[in-house]
Amino acid sequence: MFRYILRRLLQMVLAFFGTTLIVYALTFAGQGDPIQALAGERPVTPAQRAYLTEKYNLDQTGVGGFFYRYFDYVKDLLQGNLGESLTGRSIGDILQQAWPVTVRLALIALAVAIIFGVTAGVLAGIRRASIFDNSTLVLTLLVLGIPTIVLAPLAQYFLGVKWQLFPPTAGSDPTFYALLLPGIVLGSLSLATALRLTRASVAENLRADYVRTARSKGLVKRRIVIVHVLRNSLIPVVTFLGVELGNLMSGAIITEGVFNIPGVGFNLFRGIRTEDGPLVVGIVSVLVVVYLVSNLVVDVLYAVLDPRIRYE
Amino acid sequence: MTVNPTPASATPEGGHLLELRDLHVEFRTNEGVARVINGVSYHLDAGETLAVLGESGSGKSVTAQAIMGILDTPPAFVRSGQILYQGEDLLTRSEEQRRQVRGKEIAMIFQDALSALNPVFPVGWQIGETLRQRAGMSRADARRRAVELMDLVKIPGAAKRIGDYPHQFSGGMRQRVMIAMALALDPKVLIADEPTTALDVTVQAQIMDLLADLRRELNMAMILITHDLGVVAGVADRIAVMYAGRIVEHADVRSLYKAPAHPYTKGLLESIPRLDVRGQELSTIKGLPPNLMRIPSGCPFHPRCPYVQQVCVDEVPHDLVLGDGRTSACHFAQEVRDDSVAR
Repeated sequence: MFRYILRRLLQMVLAFFGTTLIVYALTFAGQGDPIQALAGERPVTPAQRAYLTEKYNLDQTGVGGFFYRYFDYVKDLLQGNLGESLTGRSIGDILQQAWPVTVRLALIALAVAIIFGVTAGVLAGIRRASIFDNSTLVLTLLVLGIPTIVLAPLAQYFLGVKWQLFPPTAGSDPTFYALLLPGIVLGSLSLATALRLTRASVAENLRADYVRTARSKGLVKRRIVIVHVLRNSLIPVVTFLGVELGNLMSGAIITEGVFNIPGVGFNLFRGIRTEDGPLVVGIVSVLVVVYLVSNLVVDVLYAVLDPRIRYE
Repeated sequence: MTVNPTPASATPEGGHLLELRDLHVEFRTNEGVARVINGVSYHLDAGETLAVLGESGSGKSVTAQAIMGILDTPPAFVRSGQILYQGEDLLTRSEEQRRQVRGKEIAMIFQDALSALNPVFPVGWQIGETLRQRAGMSRADARRRAVELMDLVKIPGAAKRIGDYPHQFSGGMRQRVMIAMALALDPKVLIADEPTTALDVTVQAQIMDLLADLRRELNMAMILITHDLGVVAGVADRIAVMYAGRIVEHADVRSLYKAPAHPYTKGLLESIPRLDVRGQELSTIKGLPPNLMRIPSGCPFHPRCPYVQQVCVDEVPHDLVLGDGRTSACHFAQEVRDDSVAR
């Protein structure tokens, strides 16, 4: 197991360089004149041009110049310096403010998915074809069918503006309460998927041979479901939720945008919109690490839950 | 035929330890009703081994699951009949009372031990679970007893292997784990549902020997369900042959092998490859087992039977008593038996 984790960490290093290289290339290599792109419509004075050329090593041209700048960037990155955005703010500072908000939002969403999705999924799986099962099927299909771009403003309008149960927007430094509605909206999609997955898994495991064995041992039904069936059923669900946590952590561009939450997705979207290359690459680099780590955690958890999986 | 002089349990005077009377089970599906068990009656006395023989789909496993009360309802429904255990009808008991019987009075082992064991728990834990949950043992006691049980079924290095998972065992060792688990509460009846079908031939013999030894040592009664006539011969006292959810022939092992009195049994025996008749084509039973949603009229075996007459199509044959406790549900039982002897 230890060797497996070590090998995965080494793979992560490769994946990290690969993805940052691609993102870096896509963001910068396509630009004709980065200095003009930076300045936008306004004219650039020769002095400014000389300063920026010096600062970003733009005098190096061609593929060699690109890699020179890339390694320069990675060198800074490894020292924990994410550089500055084009607006002059330290990207490290931006992320430091944005992360806690996004993490809180992601945890709320995940909690919603686990508490409601998994519980309802287990119940629906046990009572297949019951009213409960059928109504959850309809509800989840509805949620899965409505895109967040529709669901988020609807929730904001009805629950936030019209009935005023929740604050309609979060604003800077939001409270837990202000993040609750966006968290539920964000988590509803994971909830629906987790529910369907849990239901299918429980229904399948209830028919397994080992359940028949457990019954022939004379165990009570509750124990068979909670101990035997649940442990087996949760293996695919945990995998899904782990990957989903990685997704949620990478920020929710739409949800954070609609509810005006200054999280990672919000900043990433602003970076893309304003063609702020350093900001986009900086955020994406960190997201890659978050994603890789959460995937590793899922794989390790998977081996803990299912002893048949042994990583060599 | 070894029959224990002292029965292990308090069976009511003149009664059997376990007795099935005219059991009917059907499966209600969207496609229709499949009559899987159509009036099965057999009995089991303390300390004896009854083999239930039949093709897949003949209803032998369903009968066993009905005895255990672990049929999936729906689709399976016990329509009528009685399952008497120590004189009391299990079918009239509450689910909670039936649960108490499972494992403690009647235990069961299954065909494929790999899927029958829970893949995510160590074997020692699974054996111990029965002891903790049913006998109220402490964790440590249950663990100790689990090692003893694994020793009993001759798993080498039991104490070391108690923390291993089912997939880490070989097929034969897994089946031994199943057996250890079934024996945990000292059941009086052990139902073995095709315990050796999933195993290699050499391992099959070891498991059968183990089961026979344990049955004798622990003075249990055993119902051995199989489709393999070879497995039965050395172990069983009596044989009940099932076809289309009925017992078609019932006899002690010796006389059944010597002279089968039902064409189906005769066909089964003739389809065993034999070393002393070489060069001949192996005889088979023509046709396929019946569709249980449309069981043929009269004798359900008549479409495949070499002895078929008009009466077989028209009338369901009743059990014909042939003496020595033998019965055969065939209109021509006498002729079939005499034929078999003549050969």
